[in-house]
Amino acid sequence: MKNVKVLGPGCPKCKTTFSNAEEAVKQLGIEVELEKIEDIVEMMKYNVLTTPVLMVDGEIKIKGRVATVNEIKELLN
Amino acid sequence: MFDWLENISDWLVYGVFGLEEASKLGLSLSFFIYDTIKILILLFVIVIIMGIVNEYFPIEKLRNYLARKKMYGLEYFSAAIFGSITPFCSCSSVPLFIGFVQGGIPLGVTLAFLITSPLVNTVAVALFISMFGMKATIIYAVSGILLGTIGGWFLGKLKLETLLTPWVQEIIEKRTTIQDEFEEENLTFVQRLPSIFRGAWEIVRGVLLYIIIGIGIGAAMYGYVPEDFFEKYLGGGEWWTVPLAVGAAVPMYANAAAIVPIVGVFVAKGVPLGTAIAFMMGTIGLSIPAGTLLKKVMTWKLIAIYFGVVTVFIILSGYVFNILL
Repeated sequence: MKNVKVLGPGCPKCKTTFSNAEEAVKQLGIEVELEKIEDIVEMMKYNVLTTPVLMVDGEIKIKGRVATVNEIKELLN
Repeated sequence: MFDWLENISDWLVYGVFGLEEASKLGLSLSFFIYDTIKILILLFVIVIIMGIVNEYFPIEKLRNYLARKKMYGLEYFSAAIFGSITPFCSCSSVPLFIGFVQGGIPLGVTLAFLITSPLVNTVAVALFISMFGMKATIIYAVSGILLGTIGGWFLGKLKLETLLTPWVQEIIEKRTTIQDEFEEENLTFVQRLPSIFRGAWEIVRGVLLYIIIGIGIGAAMYGYVPEDFFEKYLGGGEWWTVPLAVGAAVPMYANAAAIVPIVGVFVAKGVPLGTAIAFMMGTIGLSIPAGTLLKKVMTWKLIAIYFGVVTVFIILSGYVFNILL
């Protein structure tokens, strides 16, 4: 099972990214472990500078902008 | 450049809606239509340009550059310039702050970045061009960058590291050399365009409501507030008007998109441009919500010093603008 993390301190862009990720998972109909990380201290462990960040299996895939549903679907395939 | 637009809005207001020419409602409405369209066009163009710049401006490289190079004071200036051209969501400021100090960038340089970033930003610059023209915009942008440079340098000299919150100090102590883990996406310009346009549209959509509210208030004032109103009470260039304007602006939290059109009307009604710029800088550069965000990394004492120093510098630059403009 893939692990998807959305990092962001709760700004609108971070929320959009998270709901896009949810939507992508729903459309693909697969089992994914989806996490939202909003705590700054926790976030800094991943060495990020700009939010929101989308991570798949511990790897930073998209950062500093909103990831679209299609992009996330491609990353999960 | 925008004569055609003025003609269209006049034609709409006086021709189609049949309002009396030079009536208060007519003036306000024509101002509203003209300004909304003009600002949206300029905003979209500038946001796209900045989006392209931002695509090719990886923040990680900047951080490594600032951390490695010894630039004899120029690093404050570079940090301020980078702060002004990298647009990012306000809630990125804390991760950026920590990322910077973690990477070994001195606190003062980090603060130079942090001061300039909201002070000179894409949306404000776009609106500034449409309200006040090129010359005033350049003066605003350059002085914002200088303010960040000098403010950061000054704060750096105060040796405030001990006033950071304990966990940030811990990070600084055991800071590791940064490796770039992120693999850059190898995309052509054309492949990047859709996401640039999408990003630009998101920014414009995000501030659209504020712009309309701002222009709405501005338009009402434009039509209904008498010509010499502010000159009578605030204009005059009295020495205390600048600190008063900035003092009122700092606790206020308004989106740059809403505040610039209102400030534009202040100026049209006789407030000196320098006082108006200082007011705007106080509103967008410092705000209580930003202060509470910083609480995560700074103690109240450091936040107070930071706000105090930046406020004083904004007031000083207000005086300088009034002399220059």
